[in-house]
Amino acid sequence: MDFYRSQVLVCGGTGCTSSGSAKLIERFEAQIAEKGLDKEVKVVRTGCFGLCEAGPVVIIYPEGTFYSRVKEEDVDEIVGEHLLKGRKVQRLVYVDHKTHESSVQKSLNEVGFYKQQMRVALRNCGVIDPENIDEYIAFDGYQALAKALTEMTPEQVIDEVLKSGLRGRGGAGFPTGKKWQFARASQAEHKYFVCNADEGDPGAFMDRSLLEGDPHAILEAMAIGGYAIGADEGWIYVRAEYPIAVKRLEKAIEQAHEYGLLGKNIFGTDFSFDIHIRLGAGAFVCGEETALMASIEGKRGEPRPKPPFPAVKGLFESPTNINNVETLGNIPQIILKGADWFRSIGTERSTGTKVFALGGKINNTGLVEIPMGTPLRTIIEDIGGGIPNGKKFKAVQTGGPSGGCIPASLLDIPVEYDTLTSVGAMMGSGGMIVLDEDNCMVDIARFFLDFTVDESCGKCTPCRIGTRRMLEILERIVNGKGEEGDIEKLENLAENIKNSALCGLGQTAPNPVLSTIKFFRDEYEAHIREKRCPAHHCQALLNYEITDACRGCTLCARNCPVNAISGTVKQKHVIDTTKCIKCGQCMTNCKFNAIIKN
Amino acid sequence: MKSLADLQAIRQKTLESINMRKDENAARVVIGMATCGIAAGARPVMLAFMDEIKNRNLQHVTVSQTGCIGMCRYEPMVDVILPGQEKVTYVKVNPDMVGRIVTEHIVNGNPVQEYTIGAAEG
Amino acid sequence: MENLVKLTIDGINVEVPAGTTVLEAAKKAGIKIPTLCYLKDINQIGACRMCVVDTGARAFGAACVLPVSNGMNVKTNTPKLRDARRVNLELLLSNHDKKCLSCARNQKCELQQMCIDLGVEDTDTFKGKMNEYEIDDLSPSIVRNNNKCILCRRCVAACINTQAVGVIGPVNRGFKTQIKSAWGQSLNDVACINCGQCIAACPTGALYEKDSTKEVWDMLANPDYITVVQPAPAVRAALGEEFGMPIGTSVTGKLAAALRRLGFTKVFDVDWGADLTIMEEGTELLGRLKNGGVLPMITSCSPGWIKFCETYYPEFIPNLSSCKSPHEMEGAMIKSYWAEREGIDPHKIRVISVMPCTAKKFEAKRPELGHDGMADVDAVITTRELAHMIKQAGIDFLNLPDEDFDNVLGESSGAGTIFGATGGVMEAALRTVYEVVTGKTLDPVEFHEVRGIKGVKEAAVKVGDLTVNVAVAHGTANAAKLLDSIKNGEKTYQFIEVMACPGGCVTGGGQPIVDAQTRLEIDPKAVRAKALYDEDAGKPIRKSHENPSVKAAYDNYLGSPNSHKAHELLHTTYTARAKYSK
Repeated sequence: MDFYRSQVLVCGGTGCTSSGSAKLIERFEAQIAEKGLDKEVKVVRTGCFGLCEAGPVVIIYPEGTFYSRVKEEDVDEIVGEHLLKGRKVQRLVYVDHKTHESSVQKSLNEVGFYKQQMRVALRNCGVIDPENIDEYIAFDGYQALAKALTEMTPEQVIDEVLKSGLRGRGGAGFPTGKKWQFARASQAEHKYFVCNADEGDPGAFMDRSLLEGDPHAILEAMAIGGYAIGADEGWIYVRAEYPIAVKRLEKAIEQAHEYGLLGKNIFGTDFSFDIHIRLGAGAFVCGEETALMASIEGKRGEPRPKPPFPAVKGLFESPTNINNVETLGNIPQIILKGADWFRSIGTERSTGTKVFALGGKINNTGLVEIPMGTPLRTIIEDIGGGIPNGKKFKAVQTGGPSGGCIPASLLDIPVEYDTLTSVGAMMGSGGMIVLDEDNCMVDIARFFLDFTVDESCGKCTPCRIGTRRMLEILERIVNGKGEEGDIEKLENLAENIKNSALCGLGQTAPNPVLSTIKFFRDEYEAHIREKRCPAHHCQALLNYEITDACRGCTLCARNCPVNAISGTVKQKHVIDTTKCIKCGQCMTNCKFNAIIKN
Repeated sequence: MKSLADLQAIRQKTLESINMRKDENAARVVIGMATCGIAAGARPVMLAFMDEIKNRNLQHVTVSQTGCIGMCRYEPMVDVILPGQEKVTYVKVNPDMVGRIVTEHIVNGNPVQEYTIGAAEG
Repeated sequence: MENLVKLTIDGINVEVPAGTTVLEAAKKAGIKIPTLCYLKDINQIGACRMCVVDTGARAFGAACVLPVSNGMNVKTNTPKLRDARRVNLELLLSNHDKKCLSCARNQKCELQQMCIDLGVEDTDTFKGKMNEYEIDDLSPSIVRNNNKCILCRRCVAACINTQAVGVIGPVNRGFKTQIKSAWGQSLNDVACINCGQCIAACPTGALYEKDSTKEVWDMLANPDYITVVQPAPAVRAALGEEFGMPIGTSVTGKLAAALRRLGFTKVFDVDWGADLTIMEEGTELLGRLKNGGVLPMITSCSPGWIKFCETYYPEFIPNLSSCKSPHEMEGAMIKSYWAEREGIDPHKIRVISVMPCTAKKFEAKRPELGHDGMADVDAVITTRELAHMIKQAGIDFLNLPDEDFDNVLGESSGAGTIFGATGGVMEAALRTVYEVVTGKTLDPVEFHEVRGIKGVKEAAVKVGDLTVNVAVAHGTANAAKLLDSIKNGEKTYQFIEVMACPGGCVTGGGQPIVDAQTRLEIDPKAVRAKALYDEDAGKPIRKSHENPSVKAAYDNYLGSPNSHKAHELLHTTYTARAKYSK
């Protein structure tokens, strides 16, 4: 193997790819070759680094220099300066939003965004070339599988996972070891081990990043799990909208086969294991395990009642274990480093780390992996770098369409399964959407419910019709047509849907509404009783007004598309609210801040 | 692949190429590569270091560049920093000197005193 | 010894076999849990959430699919459960076309019954947007009105599971979900076999037969027409249910009386046509056995089965008996033999069949079933439609006297009667074939191996020196299984009876609908069949070849079975059909 003095790591995750990282790689390679550095410097396409907000991201080793928002035209400078002359290109070096610390002075791990993080599941993302199995192996890859197969019995493997306290990262948080135990206990000729990569929560993309950045870790974990439960076949159900992940998985499976790490008699043992990929068409409900299995079988993706649980009767009627991608990402480490090591991270009932997709009104949008039990405040203020534009934090929505909103008063709660559930939110798959003072909580509830209504499979009554009726009520409220009794009607419907829907998705669908009613009931009441949106967000409830600051410049009147503004030059203008369509053009154009929303 | 040994072999083979990404305890060879350094012949020196490291199959060693440190008359200059030790600066390095620096300093831990800046200034 | 499970339901201790559902266990404890999507043996998917019960789990479970477990403590009647059921019911109502008064299923609707049972106070509690769908009435047999559909999917399960047809399923998702055929095609344009089992499964008025009563009223009112009506054997075993009689009551005499009072010129009986069919089919079978014809020969009485075979198993078309179905044979005889005998212009005759079947409506329109430019049968109404007509005519059905069918095409043997139950055609054929071949009197006349509701029945019957291996399948999914076992060489038979509907004609798609709760206790397949077997046992003539008026028809008109004339009038041909339209 050749020795390179320097390596240029370019993020090839979906986020950075869509902001042009593929072009960067080409340009780097061309420039490096032109300068005759191609024997010294290697360009590596890696998985996601997590700080997607700063993408495309480039890291240059051995210095560990972190360049953000790199454009194609910046490449020549980086090659000429940094790689040729050893001078960092200061203007591209990432600067922390909160501390304004530049990563020039500090190593990457010291930057606020990364300092509080702990990368277990994502350890290889952004570090290795995901399309190169050798790199995975060099980072201890497939060591855990070797250990499991040659030194441990299946029961010992399950025991280790049980002891680790690992809980499902896909939503419900069921203990992974228990799941494996159930599947092992089922007697059958064939068993299946399925990886659920049908990531569907809006804004969540940790599974995608993991698959793109470290596909072999998932394959290794599946083989370990297959050995533990006695399965000989694995299926990965992955969304077709994740083409990069699919391509890398396919490549990884091929490489693992070449090396004999999948296939017959792995490591010379009796254990044989194969993995297939099934592409999902992106229905949210197919993330529900029974719907997922139906979809793999080629049927309409719909949940069925449990029991029988998949561990008894699953894919193709055989005992099946299903784990989510991030859950699996922890498995090789647990086997290699032991349950005690894993337990030492996180809290008693929520061990290890959890990856969150930070989004919404926050400076550092992206992926973060933190030890369980980290206070919500740390995630939002330190890692996330706080709220942009000096706005006030209002709430954070966790758990996607199944989750709820946590208000500012609860910001110091630790992020754990049970704590989140107790405040009416949910760990979910780890979406975290930060809301500021401009967000209307009724509209947020409407937004999430709109998603659920759209994605309901339509099988059971409460979800099919109930969520739709709830949405209609919310739509009425944000449009200023709310009626006394609407809140109670929402609560009544929500309660019933929670109790009687067929699957977990339906049962949790009312959560965004219930939690916003719980913490922000006054906002609902303001909409209904006063026909007022406290966040000045709901268009139907807004009126534009011209204040005394008006100098009569006529700019607003000239820009109004419906001629709703009248007035003479140098005199205060007036808006005819009956004509106004609330487009906001006047406010945008006013040079004197004389127009307000009320 | 049929055994753990096979897995280990692949691991070893690849490790050296990726060590710089995970190794915080690596020996660092830093070469001045500003205009002055390059003019004084820093590139052949750097390539010599790389060859030597590769030929000896050394792990935990990184080679990187730095800019001008203001003592252009001593170029090519090379810093060698072993983990937990003071940095040692070699001056007016030419490719022939590289072998000794690697063997005596990086491998055995004894700086080559006669090449150092101390010797040159003293 | 079965594994017994002990549990408590509403404080009552119950002991039931493992694998029992909470719904069944509750029934045992005397507790009726409301259901909508559940249909015993056909649909168990826990979708409607009306049967929710509380087991102390995080969310309620659906009793229809929840297996019992030891020590389980089930509550079925708490305020929260009653609320949940009522809310779910009111949600269904909020997207249901509530024009109940003009609905085909008014007063026979499970949704309506549920509103009464659960005490719905306001049907507009959750008023909101409703889906509006076009009614699909292009099929000659089945009408689908999705505005009435509550998406219980019982029809879907009947179509794919019971019938192995599967031309309908849920399309779109969420609130926009509807039951449809692929690409939104009409039932008329897909490989539907018209069996109507979807109708029999539907709890509401979303599925019903294409109405022919107006057409029949018009025929009755036309003074130029001679209207001849002929009810199928199975009709007498079920019609009474429409007038509140218990399932399995035979109403043969009242049926004849009611038809006469409706104003039909002649009231004949397809039992006669059934006897004629045995003569033709039995002879055909013996011919095939003797001359090395294509075997096994398969019966052709059931038009749902015929279309199934033409579409899904066209390779078995040569195996189908060339006999027309009994009412088509009788229709042909009415417009030839009887017309000639009575000196009537056959063009003035209108033959109306009363059938337990929706596929017969399609069958009657087959161009090959007719002669001299006349269709053998002019209109088909179902048992349900006949009940509507009787009610519309103000006939007090329950108090009608028993009357006989008219001569000469109304006289029948017990063999003709049992055509209406699965295995009946086979048994009738065996009675005749045995005596024709051996020349001996059969005693006893019953063939119990081919009776009953097992999906596929088999028997090896000694007929003189000959052993005839026979099989009986009902429900086209069972037929498909049987045909597959023949195709892969597992089984060899000489004679097979297939009926498209499970249970045969007694539980055909045109019969009175038995709701899901009743089906929990009573299997209409067995109970209605018993009515026919009892009637057979009580008849003086029990073999088709002994029916004097059938014998007379051969002597005076047809010659012998399978004669040239018989072939012309009583036999037909089949066409392979594409599964998918272009």
